[in-house]
Amino acid sequence: MTRPGSDTDGWGTFGVTIVRGGATALKDVTLAAPRGQVSAVVGGDGAGKTTLLRALVGRILPVSGRISAPPTERCGFMPTGASGVWQDLSVNENFDFVAAAHHLSGGALADRRTDLLEQAGLTGAADRLAGDLSGGMRQKLAFCLAILHRPDLLVLDEPSTGVDPVSRVDLWRLIAKAAAEHTAVVMATTYLDEAERASTCLVLDRGVALAHGAPDKILASTPGTLTSGDAPTGDPELSWRRGRQTRSWHPGPPHPGEQPIGADMEDCVIALTLAEQQAGAA
Amino acid sequence: MWAMILKEFLELRRDKRTMAMIIVLPLLLLVIFGYAANFRVDSIKTEVVGPSASRVAAQLKAPFDVTEVEAGATESQAEDALRRGEVGVAVVTTASSTTSIALIDGSQLFTAESAVAATQESGGLLKPQILFNPTLKTSWVMVPALVGLIMAFIGTLVTAMGLVRERQTGTLEQLAVMPFRPSDVIVGKIAPYFVLAAVDLILVTVLGTLLFGVPFAGNVLVFALGSALFLFVVLGLGVLISTVSQTQGQAMQMALMTVMPQVLLSGMIFPLAAMAPGVRWIGYILPLTYFNMISNGIMLRDAPFTSLLLPLGVLAGMAALVFTAAVLRFRRDLAPSMPKPAKQAATPAGAAS
Repeated sequence: MTRPGSDTDGWGTFGVTIVRGGATALKDVTLAAPRGQVSAVVGGDGAGKTTLLRALVGRILPVSGRISAPPTERCGFMPTGASGVWQDLSVNENFDFVAAAHHLSGGALADRRTDLLEQAGLTGAADRLAGDLSGGMRQKLAFCLAILHRPDLLVLDEPSTGVDPVSRVDLWRLIAKAAAEHTAVVMATTYLDEAERASTCLVLDRGVALAHGAPDKILASTPGTLTSGDAPTGDPELSWRRGRQTRSWHPGPPHPGEQPIGADMEDCVIALTLAEQQAGAA
Repeated sequence: MWAMILKEFLELRRDKRTMAMIIVLPLLLLVIFGYAANFRVDSIKTEVVGPSASRVAAQLKAPFDVTEVEAGATESQAEDALRRGEVGVAVVTTASSTTSIALIDGSQLFTAESAVAATQESGGLLKPQILFNPTLKTSWVMVPALVGLIMAFIGTLVTAMGLVRERQTGTLEQLAVMPFRPSDVIVGKIAPYFVLAAVDLILVTVLGTLLFGVPFAGNVLVFALGSALFLFVVLGLGVLISTVSQTQGQAMQMALMTVMPQVLLSGMIFPLAAMAPGVRWIGYILPLTYFNMISNGIMLRDAPFTSLLLPLGVLAGMAALVFTAAVLRFRRDLAPSMPKPAKQAATPAGAAS
């Protein structure tokens, strides 16, 4: 069950099972969130990423397992789609409101606000209504609000989804800085290149953890055999396009004459998902 | 085109609230306008006082419904009965004259009009004297009721819309993970609407008295107490509606479904006394009915506090009930989702992601 814990306990979810709407949304999922590190949660639509993050910040109670997190005032949460921003308030007013909730005021708030606005490239938009900002600017504002009080645990739900490449770079810079300041960062993402940059990665599929660990270890544990070519080399159901190339995958070791390639995180997640589906079908 | 029509029907079928409105609204309007829309009052509670009270009481015909005959009571006592709202007409008889004075409560507009018409047809038995609204001005009766209607509008509709906006934009979820106590969020969300409605209440009351010359005869503190209780009821309704609505459109639909019956059945437009008993009881479960009794009584009749204990008590009960329910539901929205038994605990299914 959820309980405030110290970082010596290790924050995260441990063997957590969550039931939503009568169905199991997460089954026995463990995700450690060490301080100073970025932990990524990846998976397709309906994998359970948002459920896991909401459980971590205490919005959903598990039926079993343990959740350890700092008290509410030491957590920062950025919900998906920049919905943590009050659109009828200006950027500055958003800052003022969240700061008041965390009892931040005076010079400390002024310095922090200036610093964050500058890092997020929002200095010129400080007096604009949040609802009038572009999607990327709103996402960055939502991030700034989540981190305003220097939380010990920062939980980000797809912070870069729908954000242009330049804003993504800005966001990643902010995320990396937060981790460097000893914050435990947990983020869900659909961008697998982002997951490769994280310290640890959890791959979810339909509520089940397919892999958990350092990205290079996950890549090294890619199941089956992966090949690349101009056309599918086996079952088309087990092939997918990557740029101009087609990836093909099959379980087990390479067939004679096959030239396996090394998987990146995207290939690895697809291979893990296909392997899980095949195991389920069997 | 057929695809478009089919899609529209499919969407409508799934929008249960709109479907309910399509089915319930015509029935509601039919019932209201069939049984409640009646300006003619056929029965007026009447007290007869003075030395010839028994004789005159025996001579009175409909719409006068003699409920009390007090030969020993004075004109002043009869006026007090009107002030307390116990009767609509008080007939003051004398020993010498064959014509008695019919004191008529002008704060009950349609009752008073019926009473005046009946006195003119009494063959010289009654001479009308209208109290509290001598020229039977509609504005004098409408302004006290309008005060309540505006509070109901702001309290229910505007509050519900404001609270749902927080849910619709997803910031309610954000508030729940911020270091606020549930009471901070609830009070913080409701207090501005309470203040706005209170400001509107003062504005409409002051403007009503200045522009239309509506008197404010009674006790301001009792009026403030009644208004505060009524505000708690309508604000509670607004909060309750917000907890069962996902969008502002849904909230507006539901709020209108609570405000509209109050406009039509609270006695504000159609007199409660003229409604069929089968519909009148609906009026008696609506908070605006009781606020109208208070505002009309205080502003026009200087009704004593004891005579307003019933509407004040009913509003207090409603406020406690509705506001408690609203706060409990709102707290539930801020609390973590509780696990529900799995149908297929062994088979993981897709989650919100």
